[in-house]
Amino acid sequence: MSSIDAESFGPSQKQPSAETPGEEIIYRHSGTVRWTHWINVLCILFLLGSGLNIFNAHPRLYWGLAGADSDRAILSIGAVDRPDGTHGVTQVGLWQFNTTGVLGWSKINGEYQARGWPSWLTIPSFQDLADARHWHFLFAWILLFNGLLYLVHGLYTRHLRRDIWPTVADLKAIPSSIVDHIKLKHPVGEEAKRYNVLQRFAYISVIILIALMVITGLTMSPGFNAIFPYTLDLLGGRQSARTIHFLSATLIVLFVFVHVAEVFLAGPYNEIRSMLTGYYRIPGGGHGPDLDYAEDNNG
Amino acid sequence: MADAFTLTRRAALVAGFGAAGYLVANANSITQNPTVARVFGGVEDWTRIVQRALQSSNGLAPEYRLSDISPVFKANGTLNPNTDAYNAHVASNFQNWRLTIKGMVQTPMSLSIADIHRLPAKSQITKHDCVEGWTAIGMWTGVPLGLLLTAAGVSPKARYVVFRCADNLTGEPSKGGEQSPGQYYESIAIDDAFHPQTLIAYALNGHSLDVPHGAPLRLRVERQLGYKQAKYIESIELTDSFSRIAGGMGGYWEDRGYEWYAGI
Repeated sequence: MSSIDAESFGPSQKQPSAETPGEEIIYRHSGTVRWTHWINVLCILFLLGSGLNIFNAHPRLYWGLAGADSDRAILSIGAVDRPDGTHGVTQVGLWQFNTTGVLGWSKINGEYQARGWPSWLTIPSFQDLADARHWHFLFAWILLFNGLLYLVHGLYTRHLRRDIWPTVADLKAIPSSIVDHIKLKHPVGEEAKRYNVLQRFAYISVIILIALMVITGLTMSPGFNAIFPYTLDLLGGRQSARTIHFLSATLIVLFVFVHVAEVFLAGPYNEIRSMLTGYYRIPGGGHGPDLDYAEDNNG
Repeated sequence: MADAFTLTRRAALVAGFGAAGYLVANANSITQNPTVARVFGGVEDWTRIVQRALQSSNGLAPEYRLSDISPVFKANGTLNPNTDAYNAHVASNFQNWRLTIKGMVQTPMSLSIADIHRLPAKSQITKHDCVEGWTAIGMWTGVPLGLLLTAAGVSPKARYVVFRCADNLTGEPSKGGEQSPGQYYESIAIDDAFHPQTLIAYALNGHSLDVPHGAPLRLRVERQLGYKQAKYIESIELTDSFSRIAGGMGGYWEDRGYEWYAGI
């Protein structure tokens, strides 16, 4: 693997605490990356929760310039009264699903209520559009500034160019990287010093998705439309923007699930520690990820 | 030194995650906390300041084609004020309806619908963006509010235009539980009042406004959300403060937690 950039993530450094002799510790995540990462986690948590509460105020999605109750929805969540009681019904395109208990008709404080997403997923848990909007815009601004800080830092230090953007060698390694991922085989030694190509794609995707969240979110704002109307044309209208906002949020949730699963598969102690302290232990050939649990006590 | 440093960092870490965890676990109860409410108020101010700075004062809301008009323009909020006085106006086709312009003006006015129809009219096809998330496109016809205000002569000290409406709204579950009933009112900034697309509208899609859409007069302030578009307007008052009106936040929904600046 001659293509490996030895300078990825900076030179190896001694880490304050004692480690097994011969193990290599690298300084993987800069302070800016670590801080923006965890602020981003908090933002996304609040934006998703409050976003689902906002969605509940009108639990229908459309495509195009406009859309309201009498227009055809591409997705809708609702409660339907039938002879045998009320049911939650979720419609996606031409399909309908009974989602009683979760979507459309679910319990809050022990009582069934007509609501799109259930109370345990929304912020606040009770249905209140005004409160949800307050949380949403607070964290939307934090997300924006946090994201800009990350991007400016990443461009200035060349972190994005060096560690995130795939090289030609990376692109050639896509098939083998896919096979490694399917086998849950995690890189060791030199290869573990840099992100593999699928990781790079995943991180680029999530950066694009967050940017798309900001753009589609702003496109729903009539004040922003009077400043910059072009995103309305580009996205196909306010209702298309709202639908894309929802879809890209869904993809971010998908990313989070895969990302967290990978952290646990690759060794949660070493991975989480590296995002807290910056220092990452390079897994050796003979070490499995299970060793990380054993280290938990002396960490 | 290294140990002390490590401890401090660890303490900071625990404190940071503890605070974040507290925030997530208690989002419900701190939603109404006065300090948190001030933070939210600051966010609203910030959004307003940024959008105002980026909008040129006459920056237009997008306008659409006839073919874009929604087949059904959803009516929301009050669908019929249904008071004896209002029903009498409906029965007489609003012949006796008066729109008063008062407060910080040189010439207070009282206009009939016929008076308003004689003024220069403007039509525009715009989208109506509800705070709930839906959108409808319609063609509005009316008199530019700036024209009325110029005729009345606005005092330089006036900062807001307050609209009082004939409907007593009892709230909408979709906007968060059953709100307390109250007379609908709204307020906008002077700049928005003189914006070329701000109308006192009397027709939707070429027909006189029907009752669900705000007959006989409603506001169109196109760079803000639907709840600013007050229906059933009876009076326009120029003022330097709305803090002594109703709940003091500048509108029916504002008194119930919604932003006064509804640009997003």
